[in-house]
Amino acid sequence: MNMAAVAGIDMGALFTKVVILDDDKTLAAVCLDIGDDFQTEAVQASNEALKQAGLKREDVKHVIATGAGNKQVRAALEERSIEERSIAICTAKGAAYFFPQARAVLDAGADSVTAMRLAADGSLEASAGHGKCASFTGLFLDYLGGMMRIPVNDMGAEAQKATDPQAVASRCAVFAVAEIISLIHRVPAIPVPDILAGIHEAMASGLHGVSQKVGMQSDVVLCGGVARNIDVVRRLEAKLGAPVLIPKDPQILGALGAALFAQQALARAARLLPEPLTGGGAKC
Amino acid sequence: MLTMGLDIGSRSTKCVILDDGQMLTYGTIETGSDSVKTAYAAVDAAVHRRIELWGEYRIELPDVRTDHLKIEDMACVIATGYGRAVVPFAHGTITEISCHARGAQWMVPGVASILDMGGQDCKAMRLGERGEVTNFVLNDKCAGGTGRFLEIIADGLKVPLLKIGELSKKSTKHIHFVAACAVHAKRETLAMMKQGESKADILAGLHESISGRVVSLVKRVGLADKFVITGGISKNVGMVAKIEEKLGGLKAHISAEPQIAGAVGAALFAFDRAKKKVT
Repeated sequence: MNMAAVAGIDMGALFTKVVILDDDKTLAAVCLDIGDDFQTEAVQASNEALKQAGLKREDVKHVIATGAGNKQVRAALEERSIEERSIAICTAKGAAYFFPQARAVLDAGADSVTAMRLAADGSLEASAGHGKCASFTGLFLDYLGGMMRIPVNDMGAEAQKATDPQAVASRCAVFAVAEIISLIHRVPAIPVPDILAGIHEAMASGLHGVSQKVGMQSDVVLCGGVARNIDVVRRLEAKLGAPVLIPKDPQILGALGAALFAQQALARAARLLPEPLTGGGAKC
Repeated sequence: MLTMGLDIGSRSTKCVILDDGQMLTYGTIETGSDSVKTAYAAVDAAVHRRIELWGEYRIELPDVRTDHLKIEDMACVIATGYGRAVVPFAHGTITEISCHARGAQWMVPGVASILDMGGQDCKAMRLGERGEVTNFVLNDKCAGGTGRFLEIIADGLKVPLLKIGELSKKSTKHIHFVAACAVHAKRETLAMMKQGESKADILAGLHESISGRVVSLVKRVGLADKFVITGGISKNVGMVAKIEEKLGGLKAHISAEPQIAGAVGAALFAFDRAKKKVT
């Protein structure tokens, strides 16, 4: 079956992710943090994805937007036919696509943590989250890494060198900074990897706490930017008592799920309207 | 009879010396990494009448020399605050809840509800008829609604901390802040600056959000007519105005020197103890 190209756009708090699918081929998967407002980022990330896919705007027949800034996409791309879906539903869809055996998903993003339980058919059954503050989120790592002058992408590997992890009691990022300063200034100074391991241990217990709100144990997919931190992953696995499943690109599950929904919508519309579609796509 | 109260807070340390329960002198310094050194330095600031941190004295002090006073001259010394356990010359320690309640009563006799907004925590207290603490709630888990929160935002906006309250009152446009978290609020603030929002409007939005949070603390312990705000944030006119508005126009009593309430309370407790010893 030759389907038309569709796109999913996930406007996260930090990163904007775009996936373009054609049938079962992924033509583009883009993950950008330009640090600009939602609308500018939506335009730039979409253009980047189209370039990667070698497509023109009109080649993409349907678009679904998700994530914190999903409402902004329509205005940014001046496309009224864009639909919005919740990020939990899209992430669950993306996770089930990569891992059909998955029964739970833990999405550890930049500014929120969401735990999802999946039904046998891969659809979302229950979800619970934490998003009121930066504890246990990517921003928590970003804030503390920034203060210790360690790039957030290096924190995981660096922490694995720890020999004597130091407990960090504060769950508030601001108070954790004060706590860490006192560890750094201790005589003799606490080695940086030991402090990082303590930060990651606090993260892992927070993530584990959220995961238990929906009672997950095994066959857990871990996604979101935090899944790139190997030390947090290992500590979380120890608490769950089972390895977690991590997709190759842990940040694009939401955008992928959105693109899969776009594909379904298009197929449904094609059945209802036998003649070829024109313009912006289907409305269901 | 001289007694001393020492309040080692997370951001600033205050020392108060009373003579027979009457204010003799007080001083303040920034809390350093070494609480023992900080304690001695705060005593030095009090006897030499230094409060550099806050500009000038707002409570009139008796016209007597105090620079010859030594710690040994004190009949009793009580320490309170985060660092209270490590003051080597203290005769005892009392929690900041009790000390704040006592100090607030000294400042505003008959006070029934107290909101203390400090550097790293925020607490609400309800007092009974005899001034005893009947209920309190404390937020020290989260920087939302604390001085540290405002410091981070002031820093991000490049406005001096002492000016943000005034500036927030010049706002002409309502901006809604979702974030109660300092880390989120900082990000939101920067995003709004980029969108061209004025500093006054951003600050007003943040003051609105924080005041909502702390007002819920006060309501949890019970609000009474005689209401006092203590701690450093009570010097922020924008915040006080928002809190009053949210409490249905109830006027908050603010002492001339709201940050020393804990140290005054400690010194009064020290006076009680010293009197007991003498009799």
